[in-house]
Amino acid sequence: MKVILIRFLIGGVAVSVFAILGDLFKPKSFAGLFGAAPSVALATLGLTVASDGKHYAATEANSMVAAAVAFFAYSSCVSWMLMHGKVSALWVTILCLPVWALLAFGIWYAWIR
Amino acid sequence: MRIEIEPSALRKTRWYEFAVRFLFGGLITAVAGIIAKKFGPGVGGLFLAFPAIFPASATLIEKHEKQKKERAGLQGSARGRKAASVDAAGAAIGSLALLVFALLVRRFLPDHNDWLVLTVSTGIWLAVSLLLWQIRKRL
Repeated sequence: MKVILIRFLIGGVAVSVFAILGDLFKPKSFAGLFGAAPSVALATLGLTVASDGKHYAATEANSMVAAAVAFFAYSSCVSWMLMHGKVSALWVTILCLPVWALLAFGIWYAWIR
Repeated sequence: MRIEIEPSALRKTRWYEFAVRFLFGGLITAVAGIIAKKFGPGVGGLFLAFPAIFPASATLIEKHEKQKKERAGLQGSARGRKAASVDAAGAAIGSLALLVFALLVRRFLPDHNDWLVLTVSTGIWLAVSLLLWQIRKRL
């Protein structure tokens, strides 16, 4: 339980720092870069190396390759739908999550596992 | 278009909007750890590039842009969606740099100092993001 709480706190801080950086910069297209910052990865990998070793963390990074490709497809999909549709940002970002899930798990299952 | 820092933008953000992003960031980090323990690091690693705070951030940008337009007496829904769309296009560029980050960590973490690998990979993430953003801007 203590480990989960530590992960929660470090993850929350890491994500918040990059989110604040994203708020600070303009133009918006530049600020958006911070939406795909390696915040969760930094928090997780640092803790994982300490608890489970470097090879375990490298295996996580290996899967992250598939998830990053999926993130690209997801954010491109969100961008296109917001530009061309009339649905709110909240709904578009939620409705596109299956795109991330299908691609991340699909690429991982087909090429990485 | 020049890159500028706008500290006043932070004043537009309410405390609960910061809290929501902290909560989602913390939750996904904790969940990634739990999933890695239960299903192995292969599955857990996928959540290191999960768009955890994307819905909250996009909604925030849409809301702030809409409020700005409405204060000027204009209808701001379309403008709000467009601002969130531009932000998401930036995230798409950042995610390509995130792919480079993951490849670097995968390659160098097993044989080198972990903090050095993570720090240098983060610096390269930023450099690749900037480079791709500049290229995209010129197209």
